[in-house]
Parts: sequence; structure tokens; C-alpha cells
Amino acid sequence: MTAPADALAAFQSRFPQATPRPSTDHPAVNVPASEAIGALTFLRDEQGFDFLVDLTAVDWGSAASPRYTVVWHLFSTVRHDYLRLAAACDSDLEPTMPTSTVLWPGADWLERETFDMMGVVFTGHPDLRRILMWDGYPHFPLRKDFPLAGIEGVLSDPEVSAETGTKVIAAPMAGGPFVASPGEINMTEAEPRARDESWSEQSEKPGDHS
Amino acid sequence: MATEVIFPDNAAKAAQAAAEFETEKMSLSMGPSHPSTHGVLRLQLELDGEIVTKCDPVLGYLHRGDEKIAENMTYNQFVPYTDRLDYLAPLANNVAYAIAVERLAGLEVPPRCQAIRVIVCEMARISAHLLGLGAYGIDVGAWTIFLYTFTEREKLYKLFEELTGARFTTSYTRIGGLARDVPEGWNDQVLAFCDQFLPILEEILSLLTRNKIFMDRTVDVGVISKTDAIAYGLTGPNLRGSGVPLDLRKDKPYSGYEQYDFDIPVGTKGDCYDRYLVRGEEMRQSVRILRQAIAKFPSGPWHATDARRIFAPPKDKILTSMEELINNFMIVTEGPLIPAGEVYFEAENPKGALGFYIVSKGGGVPWRLKIRSPSFCNLSILPKICVGDLVSDIVSILGSLDFVMGEADR
Repeated sequence: MTAPADALAAFQSRFPQATPRPSTDHPAVNVPASEAIGALTFLRDEQGFDFLVDLTAVDWGSAASPRYTVVWHLFSTVRHDYLRLAAACDSDLEPTMPTSTVLWPGADWLERETFDMMGVVFTGHPDLRRILMWDGYPHFPLRKDFPLAGIEGVLSDPEVSAETGTKVIAAPMAGGPFVASPGEINMTEAEPRARDESWSEQSEKPGDHS
Repeated sequence: MATEVIFPDNAAKAAQAAAEFETEKMSLSMGPSHPSTHGVLRLQLELDGEIVTKCDPVLGYLHRGDEKIAENMTYNQFVPYTDRLDYLAPLANNVAYAIAVERLAGLEVPPRCQAIRVIVCEMARISAHLLGLGAYGIDVGAWTIFLYTFTEREKLYKLFEELTGARFTTSYTRIGGLARDVPEGWNDQVLAFCDQFLPILEEILSLLTRNKIFMDRTVDVGVISKTDAIAYGLTGPNLRGSGVPLDLRKDKPYSGYEQYDFDIPVGTKGDCYDRYLVRGEEMRQSVRILRQAIAKFPSGPWHATDARRIFAPPKDKILTSMEELINNFMIVTEGPLIPAGEVYFEAENPKGALGFYIVSKGGGVPWRLKIRSPSFCNLSILPKICVGDLVSDIVSILGSLDFVMGEADR
């Protein structure tokens, strides 16, 4: 069996566009988004990294470009080594990445979660729906421009809305989990962690106020 | 002359019946509040009679945004949130998280700290498997098991309480060490627990292992092949039940697991029964590890001593030295000083490999913290293995996968 360093060398000669990624724990490599699936296939079939342990994305902030990076963590069940593969999404406004569900069915839910939380669209994914938030939720909560205390939105279920007469609710509850209804208590005093740079009691909270 | 009686063969009969009685599929929502879904999992089932033709798990009922929360607090402040991932083994989560951040900081904790972490991890494993087993017993109709396992679990919780001050939400680790050392005589109590636990474990398992009803409900039900287990990213007893001998404690030893002698049980078929057997054996192996860890329990410091800006100084120093007071203040307010970089660390938790992917831009707050949840990945195989089974088998399969929604939804 080859050492992880050899796997990286073989990888580099196969994908000359790949660049080493600074890493202190596992071998890591950056590839362009267009080559990600080819690289994953090569790693799985020829280098023995047959286990996709994790798939996620990092948002580097609205000022950064490229803004979104998708990160795969692979494990070799034979060699017992990890490898990190990262690919930056080409577009900062509508990030996309080819799907890896063709290689691992387990990538299905991980990609759905990444789409749900970060808004990265995995092209070719068989069933790209939200998984943790509800269908129709309009935001991507793990993006850096999403405030910690959440954004008020329209009630997701029109039936409930018709029944109760409530047009908008705070979702999730504004002012942190310990405040029963927004406005009664000073939010930043009650839950200091809910304070966010983008808005305060003085300046308006972003979101739909219809 | 008697006329020859012709019996139509069964296939033709069935085809005729199918044409006569046209059926339609029924949609059934199982959960989110259903005793067998172990938390708030909803299964959107499509049924043909009693046969499941489609299973679509709906998650997110327990989503609290832990990863977002983590980006807004210091590393030590996030420890209590890790309690609430797999809330049946909070100590194991604490340890996994602490090691991940320490790897990012390039910090090694002393042997005594490592040994304590191994002990609490294995106790957490026993406690989590006991609950899983008891709940599984109830799922398939064996109520007695639950009472036995909860009695044992209560003894473990007494020990947890003595060690950490809390029974459930332990928050025991700190970056670079622990909240406190083990109390005097605590290790002997753990040994005493082990001694009385093994015979009881045999008794508990003997109630199920050759139980006809239990075997009818579990043998050859929910079979997961080796290839599927790997392709879907299954970890922990669910992966090993399918015959893949993968255990991070052996393959990627952390916290000094390489010093201990223990076996990795694996299944042969990958059915619910195998997963049950693997969990049963893992508890025996955990007792082995506990005994070894206590037998060679190291002396020395129980926290990193060369971690000036990461681990808070001892209380007497804070009260007598101005520098240490300032240092403590900085660690509490700004968080431990962690260098920029990224790390991925997985620990072998009771439910599988709990991973933390942390991206740091330096300082006391992570830029991004992703939790790789074993329950989430283990559940993703449900749409595949449930198809073609009976509705009652779903209950058996869910129990055998032994997931926790707090961890799946985060």
C-alpha cells in the first residue's frame, strides 16, 4: 500500500491543475470545481479512498471570492488514512458543484444538507431538497450574512396561518431561545449572544415584515 | 367417466386475483412523535398492503443550528452544546470535540488526561448501548430488558455525577484538559461497577440472544451488505454489524487507545440481529478497556501544562498571581488562542464516527464548525433497506440502527 504522500504525488501527476492545500493533519488538495468528480473517482478507484466520511462547504464571507468552498473528507478502509479534497465554487452568487452521489449514495443527504445550510446547488443530484429546514424556507442559515438570531419570515404553513390569523412569526424565536415573544424583553439584554452586527434595537432587522 | 379436475397453478391464480382486486398504494406518515422512531423522526411511507414500497425520512424537527451557534462563541463555550448532540453519551462527545480542537492547536494532553478520557468514553459507550438495547427490547416486545438496562445505567449515572457534577449534560472536557481530576476512590467504584456489571450483562443478553420471538423479529431483517454499508457512510456498530472491521479506536488510535488490548466484534450477515450482537459484545470489550485503563492509571497532571493561552490556570494561581489572573480573564472572554488552519477529527463514539471539521482563522472562535453526525449518515440508508419489508419490520430496523435525533438534526 502506498503512503498518503505517494497518493498525493500520483494525484498531482494525474491532475496538474490541483494545488496542495495547507494542512496540519491530513493530506489535502485543492482542485477546480470542474475536475472535482474526476478527482474523487480517481481517489476512490485507484488510491483506495473508498469511504466518504464527510461533505460540507465553507462560506468565507460575503467579501471573499471565491466565496464558497466544498470540502470532501475521504477515508481509506484499507490504509486507514484520511484525505481532504476541496474545490471552490465558481460563482459567488449562485454557487454550484457537480454531485458526488454517482460515486457514493451516502453523499445524497450530505449534499442536501450542504444545499440546505449553504445554498450550494449540486448539479445532477437526484433529489435536491432541504433536509433540516422545512420546504419553502427562503434562507440559507449557515451563510455568513445570515444573522444568528434568525430572520423573521412568513409562517411556512398557509393552513396554520389561516387558522390562527398569524401572518408572520419569528422563526426561530427572536431574541434567543429563552424569550417567549419578541418585543417584551430587551433582546440584547436577555440573550447577549443573539446580538448581531447587522441589526440592533435601533436599526431595523432584515427580513420580511409584511 | 370422471372428469379430470384441473387445479390452476398459484401464479395464475394470483394474477387473476390481482386483476380482479386492483389495489392502490397508501401513504402513511410514521412519526414524528412515534415511540419507535426514538425521537422526532418522521418516516413518510408508501405502502402496498403491509409492504413498504417507499420510505422517505423527514428530518429537522430537532434542528437547533448548533453549527451556527458554534461560529458565535468561544471554543470552551461550545462544550455544553456537544452534550446535546448524542445526549445518550455526552462524555464521548465532549472528548471528541476537545481532541479535535487540540489537534488544531497542536496540543498533546498528558497520559493521565488521556486515560481519564478513555475511561469516560467507554463508560459512555456502555451507558449508550444499554439504553439502545433496552429501547430495542421495547420496540420488539421485550419489556423486561429495559428495566434491567436502566438499573445498570443508573449506576453509571451515579458515577458520572460524582465525576462531573451532572448526570446527563456533563460538559466534562476543556480544550487542553478536563474540568477537574477524578475524585479520590472514583476509579475503585468504576472497577466495582465493572465487576458486578458483567454477570448482569450476561443475564440481560441471555434474555434476548436465543429468544425465539426476538430472533424472529431481527434475524434476516434489515440486511445491509458490506458494500452498501461503506457506500452510505455507515459507521460504528451498524458498519461492523455488516462485517466491516473498521473501528477508529484501532485504525486511527487517539487518546492512547493503542495501549489497550481489546477486540472488534463484527457481524456476518448485516441484519438487525448482527447489529444487536455487536453492541452486546462491545459492552464486554468496553469493560476490558476500563479495567486496563484503571490498572495502569498514570499519575501526573490531568491537563496540558504547556498550554498557557488555552487551558485556564489553576484557581490558586489565579487568586495569587496577577499574570495568571489576566491569562484566565483572556481565556474566558476571548477564548483559547487557537492558530489558523483546519482540522478534521473523528472519534469512535457509541453511535459511530463523530467528526468535527473545524476551520479557524485564529483566535478563540471557530470560523466554521461542521459536525459529522454518525446518526445522520446511518439514517441515510433507510430509504434503501426499508423497501420490501413489512411495516412491523421498520420498527425493528429503526431500533437496530440505534440513532439519536439530537445528533442527526444538530
